Amino acid sequence: MSSTALLLWAKGPGFAFAAAVFLFGVTLRVVEMLWLRRRPDRSVARGSGALQGLRTVVSRFLPAPGLVARSPVVHVGGMVFHLGLFAVVFLYGPHIAAIRGMTGLDWPGLPTGAIDGATVLTIAAMIVLLIARSKDPVRRLLTTGADHLAWTATLLPLLTGFLLVNRVALPFETLLAVHLLSVELLLVLFPFTTLMHAVTFAFARYYAGAIAGRKGAHS
Amino acid sequence: MTLSLGNGLAALREQIDAPVAAFFSSCVHCGLCAEACLFYTETGDPHYAPIRKLEPLRRLWSREFTLFGRIGAALGLSRPLTEADLAEWEVLVYDSCTLCGRCSLACPVGNDLTAMIRKLREGMTAAGYAPEGLKKAAVRALTGISPVGVGEHSVRKLVEAQAAACGIPIEMDKEGADWLVTISSIEFIAFPEVLGALAKLFKAAGATWTIASDAYEATNIGVQIGSRDVAGTLVQRIVDAAHRLKVKGVVTPECGHAYQALRWEGPNLIGAAYDVEVIHIIDLLDRWRAAGKLKTSGKDTSRLTYHDPCQISRRGGLEPQARRLMAMVAADFVETADAGPWNWCCGGGGGLSANHRAKDLRLTVFGPKKRQLEAVKPEGLVTACSNCRNILEEALQHYDMDLPVLGLVEMLAEYLDEEPS
Amino acid sequence: MSTKPALLPLLDSHGISRRDFTKYCTGLTAAMALAPAMAPRVAEALERARRPSVIWLSFQECTGCTESLTRADAPSLEQLILSAVSLDYHHTLQAAAGHGAETARLKAMAENAGQYLVLVDGSVPLGDPGYSTIAGRSNLDILHETVAGAAAVVAIGSCAAFGGLPAAAPNPTGAVSIGSLITDKPVVNLPGCPPIPVVMTAVIAHFLTFGRLPELDSLGRPRAFYGDTIHDRCYRRAFYDKGLFAKSFDDEGARKGWCLFELGCKGPTTYNACATVKWNGGVSFPIQSGHPCLGCSQPDFWDAGSFYRPLSQPWGADGHLAANAVAAGIGIGVAAGMAAIEAKKRAAAERQPVTLADLEVKP
Repeated sequence: MSSTALLLWAKGPGFAFAAAVFLFGVTLRVVEMLWLRRRPDRSVARGSGALQGLRTVVSRFLPAPGLVARSPVVHVGGMVFHLGLFAVVFLYGPHIAAIRGMTGLDWPGLPTGAIDGATVLTIAAMIVLLIARSKDPVRRLLTTGADHLAWTATLLPLLTGFLLVNRVALPFETLLAVHLLSVELLLVLFPFTTLMHAVTFAFARYYAGAIAGRKGAHS
Repeated sequence: MTLSLGNGLAALREQIDAPVAAFFSSCVHCGLCAEACLFYTETGDPHYAPIRKLEPLRRLWSREFTLFGRIGAALGLSRPLTEADLAEWEVLVYDSCTLCGRCSLACPVGNDLTAMIRKLREGMTAAGYAPEGLKKAAVRALTGISPVGVGEHSVRKLVEAQAAACGIPIEMDKEGADWLVTISSIEFIAFPEVLGALAKLFKAAGATWTIASDAYEATNIGVQIGSRDVAGTLVQRIVDAAHRLKVKGVVTPECGHAYQALRWEGPNLIGAAYDVEVIHIIDLLDRWRAAGKLKTSGKDTSRLTYHDPCQISRRGGLEPQARRLMAMVAADFVETADAGPWNWCCGGGGGLSANHRAKDLRLTVFGPKKRQLEAVKPEGLVTACSNCRNILEEALQHYDMDLPVLGLVEMLAEYLDEEPS
Repeated sequence: MSTKPALLPLLDSHGISRRDFTKYCTGLTAAMALAPAMAPRVAEALERARRPSVIWLSFQECTGCTESLTRADAPSLEQLILSAVSLDYHHTLQAAAGHGAETARLKAMAENAGQYLVLVDGSVPLGDPGYSTIAGRSNLDILHETVAGAAAVVAIGSCAAFGGLPAAAPNPTGAVSIGSLITDKPVVNLPGCPPIPVVMTAVIAHFLTFGRLPELDSLGRPRAFYGDTIHDRCYRRAFYDKGLFAKSFDDEGARKGWCLFELGCKGPTTYNACATVKWNGGVSFPIQSGHPCLGCSQPDFWDAGSFYRPLSQPWGADGHLAANAVAAGIGIGVAAGMAAIEAKKRAAAERQPVTLADLEVKP
């Protein structure tokens, strides 16, 4: 198979399959989650659950005070990783072009150098977090094989993207195909692994905020 | 015998809802909940990671309430829950969680782990895996009124003695009183002076109150052990008494879990909204303060700090009220580190104080509280939860720390102007 | 070798001085990525070269490659070099026709056995040979016959190199590249639609100078010309790196000369020398004229979707597929949710309440 054919497959049938699995799986999981509903709360509210729920979706982006000092690596590493990943995925010109082409949405991006730096930082954070995970007894106990799968599936697009942008090894077209395939692997695994948190976190935070909010409590 | 694995699993299935699904779907095993948990920070045992304590509930959800999990189960990729699992988790679910809620506040994806532990306990109890101490307390509460066996006769004697001591009559079962006040058994046993303090405060505010002879107990062991059936029965008692006595509202005393149980879980446990107001005493006192009904003179000049009871501050949001009241009586108030929403638990919440086999662990996890206090060296420790107060006194004694623990209601009554407003 | 006049006198007759020729050789040396010291050797070789016999076969093609060489704006050196070779057969250009033409080919093959070059443009219809025949003979037949005695084969243009437009899906003629048919002779691919003229002459010059073909990459292309991508050599690269893209052909970005990536430029995947050698005597190249690179020298470019779709944009999933996937997710999600609610209801019906007797601790 020529690199062009591979790229064509990755962009065409491969992407179709990955996108279908991703959209189907994520929708399914969100719908089956929401379908479980909540019992109506008969207590008289002291505050607005919905308002605090929405506030908590945003406020939990900030680290918990006091915990940063206890787990600096997880906090700093996690913050760098998530911000970096966001920048790399959503603020890189070619990525924006792809999203614009598929959805019509458009926004300004960052210079290639910034994205390159973010990629290096993100990968570094991932490695640091993996090491921290392997050294910490709690995370060692909690970690499953699926976590490592999700980690690998997240690293591959970053790594292939970096090699692609910097023309390290392999022809561009081959690397682009491999990069797309790695993204497709990520999309396919997404609904079946902890990667789902990237969607469900908003619901979880909302519920936690709403539960606390109607009591006038903290979240 | 209704208790069985099957019954426990049925109880757990009933507890699965959209938030549970969202929480488990979102966990990335970051372990930060452990860093917020006093059982982990004080022991370093990874099994105390809050999310780990929820493993039985997570497995049930994943296996039975997700399509992919059900397919996986059909393919033999996951194991069903067994008696052995529940037996193993009993100590984690009951002995190493005070439902303090720090993990819920710490979780980056917003998982309310505490709410899920509460749910998991429903299944544990229904399957027969609840600690003996809690079961015994539940039996006492169901057969009598109080989980520690404070009988109606004792209550009457205590009420009479305190009324005499403060010089204000306290009439039990008084129909048409404004407020039905519930009392924690710990207060009857260890801090009965609070009755006299309440009498002074209600008199000053110009409100009438009463205690019901068949529903004086505020605490709800059903919520601690995790049984909606028991908890609902206990809530219904108070609701019935409120109706019988035609009161306008029900006051929950200085007890954190009693507040959560009666104020928030209660209507859902009995399946009906209340037709009377239910309010925590601190909230009520602050309302009177704002209305100018409480006048105090003089202040305590010793260095005082406030212990935020988890269910009242973190999970109740009543710490500003408590501080406003403290400001009326404390001349030298000092905050500890992590005060307010992030305060550390005394170690006795969530049924731990009734779970005697966990006593050593309870004293171990007093560590953070101890360090908080050592850092600011107060001369008095005020709180608004009699269970906290009792546990704090016990732990302070254990660690040879000479520090009086005071109740906020009593403090306020002490500096109250006797003239009614 | 043919006995026709050597190169230099011929150039002289066209008004090309020796100085011009040396300059050209230096340029050619650079273009081939040879050391500057090699320039005299290139000049010497070209000077000395007896005009080699070249047979140009045209199969399924559009004559664009020939146009590229012959329709230059001025009598270029490329043209002269080409006229300096002995083009013994080229059915578009030669005067002879019919039997005369075919006889010329056979004659050249016999006279220069083992030494002549075969230049091919166009692909070969392998599926149905009837699509392209010359004098009633299939392209495949003619190719095999002609190549048998050749020194090397040069596949000129994307059709000869990779199949080209005739091979575009569904490839009705069963078109294949020359390289896929020739296994026993060196084949050099000079893809491009059309290829850059100097690339063709440089390869011939290299062959004349060194007696062998230049260094090739994995796709059989001379590294000297196909070693870098258009993107890597593009003068608009700085805009790409700054994240400045034209979003339409008439927007501010387009007027400011920003990167054409979002308008579908295939520069990043296209290995060719357009950005450095340029076209029309070094005047310009498509990107300079404001149009994205089509990637015409890359295999399968004809099937790589719209020229105007960004390179990074997959096309497999359209709104229809997305809607179907989401609809299926909702449908099955609702079904799974309903089953879960049923399970909860069953559990509620099955569960026995915890009673006093249950809580009594047995001694």
